[in-house]
Amino acid sequence: MTRLLIAAALAGLIGLSLGIGAASLFEGDGGWLLLVSRLPRTLAALLAGAGLALAGVVVQLVVQNRLVEPSLTGTPESAMLGMLAVTLIAPGAAIALKMGVAAAAGLVGMAGFLALAARVPRADPMLLPIVGMIYAAIIGAVCTWIAWATDLMQFLGAWRLGEFSGVMQGRYEWLWGIAALAVVLYVLADRITLLGLGAAQARSLGLDYGQTRVLGLVIVAAITALVMVTVGNFPFVGLVAPNLVSRWKGDNLRANLPLIALGGGALVLGADVIGRIVRYPFEIPAATIFSVFGAAVFLWLLNARPGRRAHG
Amino acid sequence: MAERRMIWLGLALLLLCGGFLAWHLRAPYGFILELRAAKLGALICVGAATGTATILFQTVAMNRLLTPEIVGFDSLFVLLQTLLVMLLGGVGLAQVPGALRFALETCLLMGAAALLFGGLLRSVSGDVTRLILTGVILGLLLRGMAEMLQRLLEPSDFAVVQQAMFATFGRVDEAQLAVSAVILCLALLASLRMAPALDVAGLGRDTARGLGLRHDRVVLVALMLAAALISVSTALVGPITFLGLLAASLARQLTDTHRHAILLPSAAIIGALILVAGQFVFERLLQRQSALSVVVELFGGLLFLFLVLRKGPR
Amino acid sequence: MIETRALAYRAGQTDILHGIDLTIPRGGITALIGPNGAGKSSLLHCVSGLNQPSEGSVTIDGLDPYAASSRERARTVALLQQSPTVVSRLKVAELVGFGRWPHHRGRPTTEDNDKTRAALAAFALDDLADRSLETLSGGQRQRAFIAMAYAQDTPWMLLDEPLNALDPRHARDLMARLHGLSRGEQGRSIVIVLHDINAAAGWADRIVAMKDGRVFAHEESAALLTPETLREVFDTPFQVLRHEGRPVVVAR
Repeated sequence: MTRLLIAAALAGLIGLSLGIGAASLFEGDGGWLLLVSRLPRTLAALLAGAGLALAGVVVQLVVQNRLVEPSLTGTPESAMLGMLAVTLIAPGAAIALKMGVAAAAGLVGMAGFLALAARVPRADPMLLPIVGMIYAAIIGAVCTWIAWATDLMQFLGAWRLGEFSGVMQGRYEWLWGIAALAVVLYVLADRITLLGLGAAQARSLGLDYGQTRVLGLVIVAAITALVMVTVGNFPFVGLVAPNLVSRWKGDNLRANLPLIALGGGALVLGADVIGRIVRYPFEIPAATIFSVFGAAVFLWLLNARPGRRAHG
Repeated sequence: MAERRMIWLGLALLLLCGGFLAWHLRAPYGFILELRAAKLGALICVGAATGTATILFQTVAMNRLLTPEIVGFDSLFVLLQTLLVMLLGGVGLAQVPGALRFALETCLLMGAAALLFGGLLRSVSGDVTRLILTGVILGLLLRGMAEMLQRLLEPSDFAVVQQAMFATFGRVDEAQLAVSAVILCLALLASLRMAPALDVAGLGRDTARGLGLRHDRVVLVALMLAAALISVSTALVGPITFLGLLAASLARQLTDTHRHAILLPSAAIIGALILVAGQFVFERLLQRQSALSVVVELFGGLLFLFLVLRKGPR
Repeated sequence: MIETRALAYRAGQTDILHGIDLTIPRGGITALIGPNGAGKSSLLHCVSGLNQPSEGSVTIDGLDPYAASSRERARTVALLQQSPTVVSRLKVAELVGFGRWPHHRGRPTTEDNDKTRAALAAFALDDLADRSLETLSGGQRQRAFIAMAYAQDTPWMLLDEPLNALDPRHARDLMARLHGLSRGEQGRSIVIVLHDINAAAGWADRIVAMKDGRVFAHEESAALLTPETLREVFDTPFQVLRHEGRPVVVAR
C-alpha cells in the first residue's frame, strides 16, 4: 500500500515537473519542448538528488556519524577549488578532464576531513558536523578569495547554488554517470554496511577495510563533482534522505539503497517543482528551497533524538 | 593589569585611526578626509558592535564558540526586513524616513531575537554540542528563509531590500551611520551597566540564580542588546560571520579576565582594530578592496576549528 | 527551620516529588540519602527557591523563597549544585568573591572582601587564591565552590553531593570542616546530599532517607541506620556494625 502511494506521489511529481513551465506543452512544438527541456530537467533533478543521497549514506557509514554528509566534509568546496584551478590553468580542457580534476580535488578535501575527524572525540556525535561545516567554510573562503582575485566569481556562484533552469538536452548527460555509480554501490552494499561497524570490527569480519573505504569515498567524490559541475551544489540532501529512510525503515542498506536514492531524487525534484510554482513565471533555485527544508529537518533530527540527559 | 591592557588597546586603535585618516593625504583635503572619516566611522561601528554583541551572547549562552552571527542574528534581521517589505510593499516602506525605519527594524529584531534565541538557550542548555549544532543549523535555516523570501519579492521591492542590506564600506550612508552610532553607544552603555550581573551570569544559570541573580531577565536583556548591536553591523555592511569570534576570543585571551567591565570594551576595541587595520592594509597597502571580509572569514574559521579541537566545544 | 508542606514537583510529564512534608530544624548537619533518582537534588532545588514546586509550599526560617525577592532569598539560603561548571576564566578568589554578590550587587565593600578572605581561610584555600580554576584538581575545585556558598553568609547551606570526586582523605577533611562550621551559636545549618552512608552516619545529626520522590524516614542518625530501613530504602541488603559506639554500614 505504502509502495503504491509512493509510486503515485513520485509519478505525480514527475508529471508536474514535465507540465510546468513558461510555455505550454499543448501549443506549437510541445513534444519537442518536452524532449529537449522538460524531460532533461526532470531527469537531472532525479539523478542529482539520488546521487547526493547515496553519497550521504556512504559518508555517514565511513565516519560512523549520521549527522554528516558530503557538504559537511568540504567535498563540494574542494571540488570547486579543483574546478577553479583547472579553469585557470587549462581553460580549454575537455569537460571530462575538468570533471576528473574536480573529483580528485574533492577526494583530497575529503581525505583532509577524515584526518581532521580522527582528532575529534567520538563520544559526542554532534561535534563532527560542526567541525565539518567550518572546514567546508574555510575551503569555501579560499575559493572565494581565488575567484575574486581572478574574476571567476560568476562561475563560483553557479557552482554554489544548485538549480535546474539551465538544464536541457546536451547539458546534463554527465549526470547519468550517477546511475552507473549507483549500480556499483548496490553491488557493494553489504561491504559498505560493514564499514559502519568501524575499522576493527569490519576487519575482524574479513573486510578489506582500507580498500573498501577508499572505493566508497572515490564514488562519493565522483558523485559530488558530477552534480556540482553540472547543476550546482545542494547541501543537506545527503543528510536528509538517508536519515528519513533510516527512521522509517531501519538500517538494512541493501534493502534501503533504492529507497534512499528514490527519496533523494524525489526531494530534489520536489524542491525544483516548488521553486517553479511559487513565483510563477519566475523561478527560485531548487537549492534555495531545499536549504530551508533541509535545515528544518536537520533541526528536527537533532532534537527529536532520544538521549537528553534526565535531571537527577 | 587587565585595565592597563585595555587602555593600550584603545591607544593602538586611536593611533591606527590617525594613520587611516592621514595616510598619503592629498588635496582636496576636506573632501578626502570627510570620505575617510565616514568609512572609518563605519568600520569602528561595525567592529565595536560585533565584538560587544559576541561577548554578550557568549556569556548568556555559556559558550565560547557560538556567536550571534553563527546562530543567525544577521539572517533574522534580513528576514525581518524582507517580511516588512512584503507586508508594507517596497514603495510604502521607502517613504518612511530611513532613521525611523531602521529604528523600527532594530526593535523588531530585538523582540524576535529574545523570543527565538531565549527559547533556544533555555531548551538546549546543559548540552553544549547540541546547542552549538542547533544554533549553527538554525542560522542556516534563517539564512535560507531570508534568501527564499527575497526571491519571492517583486523585483522593485527586492531592490529596496537589497539597497538596505548590501551597503559596503565603500559607500557609507551618513544618516544610517549616525543612527547606528547612536544605537551603538546606547547599547554599549547599557551593556556596561549590566557588566556585574553578566559576571555572575557567567557562573551558569543555577549558580547565578542561587546567588540571587534574576538570570532569565539578564539573558533576555543581553540577547536584546546583542540584537540591537547586530542590527547596526548588518545594516551597515552585511554579515562577516567570524569577526565576532575573532574579537571575543582575542579579547578574552589578551585581557585574561572574566570581568565584563573590561571584556566588553576590549572586545569592542579589538573588533574595530581588526577591521580598521585590515581595511588599511588591504586598501592602502595592497590596493585590494573587497578581500578583507574573506580574510576575516578564513582566519575566524581556522580559529573556530582550533578552539574545537584544542579545548572541546565549551 | 525548613518546612515543606505537601510539596510536589513535576518536570515535564514526570512526577519527581510527591507530597513531601518535611521539617528540618536549625543547626547541625542534616544528611539526605537515598538511591539515584529518589528526588534528592530536586528537593534541594525546590527548597532553595530555584525550582518552583507544582504544588505545596516551602518556607525557610518563615521565608517563602518564591515570594521573597531573589536577593533576600540568596541571603537566606546558599545552594551548591552537583558538579558545577563555569565557563568564565576565574581565579579561586574571584569565584569565592561571587558568594558576596547577593550582599553587594556589583560594588564590593571592605566587609565583603574580608568575608571572602575568611571563606578562603575556612576552606584552606589561601594558597590557591590566585590560581585559575582550570588548573585545580577536582577536590580543590569542589572546595572552592563550597567556599563560595559559605561566603554567601547565609544561615542555610544546601550542598548537593559535595563529596563527588573526592578521595577518602579529602572527603573526610571536608566533612570535618563542615561539621565544625555547623557547631555553636553562629553555626550554619547544613543540608547535604550524600551517597556515602557512612559519611552520613559519621557526621550527620539527622538523616532524611528518600525513595521514589517521597521522604521514607527522617530520624536522628543512629535510629535510622538499621539494616531493615536501609534495605527498604536502597532495595539491597545491608549489615550495620558498631565500631567505637558508631554505626558502620556495610552493603552485603
